[in-house]
Amino acid sequence: MTEKIKAGTWVQIHQVILPAGERAPQVPDDTQEVPLELRVKGFLLDNGVVGEEVEIETYTGRRLSGILEDPHPSYEHKFGRPVHELLKIGRELRRILREKEV
Amino acid sequence: MAASDYQSVMARKNEIMKKAVGIDYERFSRGKISFDYERMMSEVGYSLEEIRKIQRETGVGNTPLLELKNITRLVRKLAPAGKGARIFLKDEACNPSGSFKARRASVSVYHAWKNGYPGVVAATSGNYGAAVASQAVMRGLKCIIVQEVYDSRGKGQPEILEKGRKCEAYGAEVLQLTVGPELFYTFLRVLEDTGYFNASLYTPFGIAGVETLGEELCRQVREREGRDPDKVVITHAGGGNLTGTARGLLKAGADKTEIIAASVDLTGLHMASDYDFNRKSFTTGHTGFGVPFATWPDRADVPRNAARPLRYMDRYLTVKQGEVFYMTEALAQLEGLERGPAGNTSLAAAFALAQEMDQDEIIVVQETEYTGAGKHPYAQLNFALENGIEVKNGNPEEEIAGKSIVIPESPAQIKARPVDLDKIKLSYLRNLAESTGVKEIDGTDLEFLSAEIRKSPEEVTKLLKEFNIVVNRV
Repeated sequence: MTEKIKAGTWVQIHQVILPAGERAPQVPDDTQEVPLELRVKGFLLDNGVVGEEVEIETYTGRRLSGILEDPHPSYEHKFGRPVHELLKIGRELRRILREKEV
Repeated sequence: MAASDYQSVMARKNEIMKKAVGIDYERFSRGKISFDYERMMSEVGYSLEEIRKIQRETGVGNTPLLELKNITRLVRKLAPAGKGARIFLKDEACNPSGSFKARRASVSVYHAWKNGYPGVVAATSGNYGAAVASQAVMRGLKCIIVQEVYDSRGKGQPEILEKGRKCEAYGAEVLQLTVGPELFYTFLRVLEDTGYFNASLYTPFGIAGVETLGEELCRQVREREGRDPDKVVITHAGGGNLTGTARGLLKAGADKTEIIAASVDLTGLHMASDYDFNRKSFTTGHTGFGVPFATWPDRADVPRNAARPLRYMDRYLTVKQGEVFYMTEALAQLEGLERGPAGNTSLAAAFALAQEMDQDEIIVVQETEYTGAGKHPYAQLNFALENGIEVKNGNPEEEIAGKSIVIPESPAQIKARPVDLDKIKLSYLRNLAESTGVKEIDGTDLEFLSAEIRKSPEEVTKLLKEFNIVVNRV
């Protein structure tokens, strides 16, 4: 990936805040073995390359630096496939309500 | 410039916080371990009347109280003859940012604005972030939100990704971290770097902001039914929702209304575990926050937490993840209200409780939250499947958090399971003993502890012996 990303592009950077093994003493072992990482989005200040150190200006105007991780961050969370176990509920409950009141 | 490494920043915690919340907590200290809670609430916070005005200015509150007539009919089909209370729902999703958290944010952001802070910062992975961001827009302040979102694979919890998106939609800067309590370190650095106000969930401002919710729902029930609600069920996590609502009810004079906490049962999952993080389908309203914050409120990001749920909690119930998804679906399918799952935790508990109550009684579910991509049962269950969690129909009693989600086969299987409050209260005293190391307390402390865990001074004295703490009344 050597694509040049233009200054002004809305990007996501990545920083390691605490390396693996240097985490707070109270964290469980599995967390102790991985770094504490930060991701934040902002406008790229100078042309940059994915995987290299860049500087961004966040939406509030702060300047932060980190590794350019995602040159085109996007919101990918969704609703997803309807779940069979839930689909039945509405019909079942309507059926119960239709039954004669005891 | 001050050192920015972990130990140095954490060592400056108190001075950073003092500047960022503008409260000298020391002046409320009393005895050896206690503080004057009511004095803190009245001197630092705002009156109910002032808060109503602050909230009116930004369109917060005055949400509708809806009667869930079809769900009540369903309850009566399942309940013994003559049983089945009427269920009402406070539709807090109608707040500007889509949840009751707008109430909490409104006062903090107002206070920051009034005191000339250029911006606000909040450490939250929940609806509170969007609430602070939205209120900040309305007051013309900048906003930074610090979230715990990803595991070490870079997989984000869908619900938290959605909350992050919503914050960004309001122009907030969102710092998205991987799992771990050291989020607090990043948070402190941001406060130090910006000089912004700490819009903590746990200051008197945040809690007082929720009092209007309790007062309002009480007024609405009285106007419609000419009486007070018998029970109010509150989704419980950090304790602020419960504390604020209960205080509001008391201020309205509803001292007979039973205050019931409800959390999703996530027993067995470690909240700081990178592995467990994406094996839960609820990121709030669960026992992973509910129990630790009840048993030791002062673990919060301020020295003295204004959310003190044990002072107000009459009962504590848990429900399973599968049961809450079931009731979320029922709310949409029977009442025409599509709302976010986490806010429906209290609905699931109320559904079970209403079956034990008389038909002329009233039970109020005191919040809903907005729903959307990620914050939805489909999104959460698909995500659970991707993370190796079994999703099936069956008896929810068999659900094991982190391994399975069991959607009830029938509404009759939905249960609310009691948590032993005496054990919770004992844990509180254990945490007190461990975190303060105190061996001797005075009469003021005893009075404080008695109010904290709602036990007589004699009972507290007896319980303290177990932790080798003696009461010295001078």
